[in-house]
Amino acid sequence: MTTPLKARGVTVSLDGRPVLRGVDLDVAAGEFVALLGANGSGKSTLVRAAIGLVPMSAGSVELFGTPLAHFKDRTRLGYVPQRSRAVAGVPATVQEVVMSGRLSHRRFFGRRSRADTVAVAAAIERVGLAGRTRSSLSDLSGGQQQRVLIARALASEAELLVMDEPTAGVDHDNQESLAELLGGLVHDGASVLLVAHELGPLRPLIDRAVVVRDGSIAYHGPVDDLIGEDHAHVHTHDAIPSLPVGLTGEGVWR
Amino acid sequence: MIQLLDYDFMRRALMAAVFTGLAAPAIGTFLVQRRLALLGDGLGHVALTGVALGLVTGVAPILTAVVVAVLGAVLIELLRMYGRTSGDVALAMLFYGGIAGGILLANLADERATSLNGYLFGSITTVSDSDLRLVAILAVVVIALAIGLSPQLFAVCQDEEHARVSGVPVRAYSILIAVLAAVTITVAMRTVGLLLVSALMIVPVAASQQLTRSFRTTHLAAMVIGLLAALGGVVTSYEINTQPGPTIVMIALAVFGLAALVAAAARRVRAHRRTAEIS
Repeated sequence: MTTPLKARGVTVSLDGRPVLRGVDLDVAAGEFVALLGANGSGKSTLVRAAIGLVPMSAGSVELFGTPLAHFKDRTRLGYVPQRSRAVAGVPATVQEVVMSGRLSHRRFFGRRSRADTVAVAAAIERVGLAGRTRSSLSDLSGGQQQRVLIARALASEAELLVMDEPTAGVDHDNQESLAELLGGLVHDGASVLLVAHELGPLRPLIDRAVVVRDGSIAYHGPVDDLIGEDHAHVHTHDAIPSLPVGLTGEGVWR
Repeated sequence: MIQLLDYDFMRRALMAAVFTGLAAPAIGTFLVQRRLALLGDGLGHVALTGVALGLVTGVAPILTAVVVAVLGAVLIELLRMYGRTSGDVALAMLFYGGIAGGILLANLADERATSLNGYLFGSITTVSDSDLRLVAILAVVVIALAIGLSPQLFAVCQDEEHARVSGVPVRAYSILIAVLAAVTITVAMRTVGLLLVSALMIVPVAASQQLTRSFRTTHLAAMVIGLLAALGGVVTSYEINTQPGPTIVMIALAVFGLAALVAAAARRVRAHRRTAEIS
């Protein structure tokens, strides 16, 4: 089985300022990797570069063994952006948004097929929103909107889920149901790369934590070696001394 | 009403209203979804330069307007994608350049500014047979693409980054949306005029989404509202002797007001019912 994500020497500059400096990142098949770090550490930029949303100035990314630029098998990749981006200027139902996750299966002018309808219904069912299929997205709670975005990624039958802060602004109960959902998906063979500020109920699911600081990897290894929830107090096993958040080069002022 | 159909110019006016009323909200829905509601306004300004170019060179203004507006639309999208200056400032400058350029060109060609009036505010009753033919062709293209490609355009306007990751050619579709908006503006130019064209793209959508939950219903209901406002506006303007463009826009705004009232009432009833259930 090919490695879902293999990034080497990823270097990104935004407006001439280095944000990532030669970062390596792997996600193995069936692995649950959490990317942690303070605001402005570069963790979000790293996932965005890995899926082609931010151009790299150096380095390489392979998705399922294919270089990013040639990666056409888009159905295998499921991107779950931050929930704040879910609602657009015109109403849309849960079904419509999840259906847009099937586009990578379709031809240019292609109509929806029976398989599309079945996959969408299954994805909505999986995230526990079967009763809300025809609800408008803006009538749902934050946690429910987050689940709609996950369903959209599931509808494409993605093998690698890339999630940007799925727990942000979601209450504890909904975080727990999210953890349950993700646990089930990993159990069924999906790989997950998740950016998070705090882990909360997701903690037991995580195979490997990667801490980004100042555009470099400050730590990677089991999540147990991280003290508490706070990513600022990481046991660093290398020579880099831990700096309090905010005193680092980037901090929150990015 | 029947006698109104006795006049050739009124029959043409009503036909033009049908095409405009359907096409404008068909593409306008995607602009609203993308939160680019003012793009239509800006493109209308740019199209004015195209009209003036037509008046100066003696080419049909509707043709030059469509070319200039399409070029403007592509330029705007490229600025949005690659521009390093702030996007809205770049857009604003393009828009002002469009309207100033249009009037200057017309002046230089000794065209009185009044000859532009018909394009700024619409003059639906002077639509000729060849105008109508062009309007019909362009409108049908816009409506067919806006409906036929609606799954793709929906995905791009709902969440551009997700669409990109899913392998949807977002740049091509973004340019297509801007170009369709530009074409629609030239379609609607003779009906409601360049200054009010954006109203017919946006107001019916704003009205329909007061009452809808799904994108599809919003899209189709907006087209129906656009059609009714355009036809109603032409007939009313004939009856009460007003300019058709502003009359069409006022009717659309009235529909919006009504829809907003109905939506507010429905919300209140629902909230009331909920409190009744709890107590």
